[in-house]
Amino acid sequence: MEKIIRIESKTLILPLDDVDTDQIIPARFLTTTTREGIGKALFADWRYDANGEPIDDFVLNSPDVTGCEVLVTGRNFGCGSSREHAPWALVDFGIRAVVSTQIADIFRNNSLKNGLVPVIVDADTHQYLLDNPGITVIVDVEERTLSLPDGRTATFPIDGFSRHCIMNGIDQLGFLREQEPAIADFETNRPWTP
Amino acid sequence: MSGKSLFEKVWDEHIVVPETDDAPGVLYIDLHLIHEVTTPQAFGLLRDQQLSVRRPDLTLATMDHSTPTVPVTTLKDLEVVAEAPAAAQIRAMIDNCEHFGIELYGFGSDYRGIVHVIGPELGATQPGKTIVCGDSHTSTHGAFGALAFGIGSTEAAHVLVTQCLLQRKPKTMAVNINGDLPIGVSAKDVILALIGQIGVDGGVGYVIEYRGNTVTGLNMEQRMTICNMTIEGGARAGMMAPDEVTFEYLAGRPQAPSGTDWDAAVERWRKLPSDPDARFDREVSFDASRLEPMITFGTNPGMVVPVTQPVPADTGDPSFRKALDYMQVEAGKPILGKAIDIVFIGSCTNSRMTDLRQAAAMIKGHKVADSVRMLVVPGSQSIKVQAEAEGLDEIFTSAGAEWRESGCSMCLGMNGDLVGRGQLAVSTSNRNFEGRQGVGARTVLASPATAVASAISGTIADPRELIRH
Repeated sequence: MEKIIRIESKTLILPLDDVDTDQIIPARFLTTTTREGIGKALFADWRYDANGEPIDDFVLNSPDVTGCEVLVTGRNFGCGSSREHAPWALVDFGIRAVVSTQIADIFRNNSLKNGLVPVIVDADTHQYLLDNPGITVIVDVEERTLSLPDGRTATFPIDGFSRHCIMNGIDQLGFLREQEPAIADFETNRPWTP
Repeated sequence: MSGKSLFEKVWDEHIVVPETDDAPGVLYIDLHLIHEVTTPQAFGLLRDQQLSVRRPDLTLATMDHSTPTVPVTTLKDLEVVAEAPAAAQIRAMIDNCEHFGIELYGFGSDYRGIVHVIGPELGATQPGKTIVCGDSHTSTHGAFGALAFGIGSTEAAHVLVTQCLLQRKPKTMAVNINGDLPIGVSAKDVILALIGQIGVDGGVGYVIEYRGNTVTGLNMEQRMTICNMTIEGGARAGMMAPDEVTFEYLAGRPQAPSGTDWDAAVERWRKLPSDPDARFDREVSFDASRLEPMITFGTNPGMVVPVTQPVPADTGDPSFRKALDYMQVEAGKPILGKAIDIVFIGSCTNSRMTDLRQAAAMIKGHKVADSVRMLVVPGSQSIKVQAEAEGLDEIFTSAGAEWRESGCSMCLGMNGDLVGRGQLAVSTSNRNFEGRQGVGARTVLASPATAVASAISGTIADPRELIRH
């Protein structure tokens, strides 16, 4: 997993609320057994028409998309299915941070394990981002801030452990495996066994 | 100090290492349910790092999502009926379970079925357990007083390797549901109306406990329908206090405790319900006695109205307009009477005996409208056998419906059962997202009763008229 300390990027705007993971990656692409090339299916049904041709007015098909790593979306992004294919597809496409006023729980957890920074900001900052597409913002994971071009800064919540893992590109499994003695002890001493 | 809630009792009992400001807690998992779609990458991680599965005995595996609902007894059949990637995924599941020593309820097993149907059926789902699965509808199992929630594939790998998850304690919400359900109104209508009330993000960050005399008056299958759709309100887990109904359901099931173990388990389970002075971070009240059958009009489960009511007025909100455009419905206009193409009865929400018996009783002596294709898909192979023993399959097929092998089927378009582009489906499943049932498919979520009434009339219909006759 790539280390992410600071992202400086233009924004892509998808101004819809409740964007579900079935839109981020439709179920028919989930028959894969790997995560290779999964970005091609990102937003497939909004991005391509019935003939597989790009739909011009969808944001991912805009000519300015190259190099954009920050996606600004409406409230409750990533609701629905638990499919981790959703953050995999976003990361494979090149997105490193998703900005909203609310991000669904399971998607948020999955994102933190895949180098995709969930950035939850206040309503005013969010509205400013929606109203000003394509501005360059800085997402600073170390400082837990999102900075606008005019110098204003919004803070976002990310717990210390997740932040450490994102900044160092660390999979959380290593930490969990270090808890082995405590886990074995728990299994031995619990009052009942499943 | 106030008492503990059901959630807090289960949570506290499974904390291996408490959380701190710097690190999340380590939560022990009693039951890990796995299926073919969200585990290949998890097993891939184990193979890459040469790790083993810590507790294959606490891992329950089946195949449901990309698995076809036409008869498959051998892998050769599979190559014929499934698309190559789905077949490869199913083969990978079989290989992975063999390699890592996990028992798989696969083709030929009497117990194969939708993962959230077979866990309870086998008696593996029990009060007080922590249960996870790479599937958001894991919330279903909360109906037994288990703490059950969906996880991603990376977390599935964590559980396979350590039987634990890194977690921070969520907030709690009590949802008090009271009142007798009116005729024609089911558990499905309750949860749809509730999501309409709290919104699809109303539960984000919370674990819900459903309480009240409506809940205690339901059987386990109806309770599962409510807990199943908890995630559609944004909460990862929904729980209900275990009671005599719960114990009666579990008694004698293959993986439920027996003999003196059963007595000890029931004694332990009786202590799980929330203490009278337990505190919740939020409380919501809900009157079920005034409910009507509910239908969705938009592209998320919170966009829902009583079947007799029109689509709400246009708010000018772009997400609302996009949803109405996609569904080809108009603000302020009724959807009752709108012509439909497909009816689907099935999914982890509504594919159990209660649902099938009710649907069969209503369709008996009627025909599915000529313009409608109706698919009835039992939630598991054991439900299929039971339904056939009761003659339900014949009632469905003689009415003109298709009767299938168990699986997720038309709930999500990845196993060959699809709603066509532009077609309108009345579905007993849980998600009406754009394209959920197939590219360009339009979905109206409803109860089995509303689905049957609609199948017969060929239009979106109020089930109460059919019930009254």
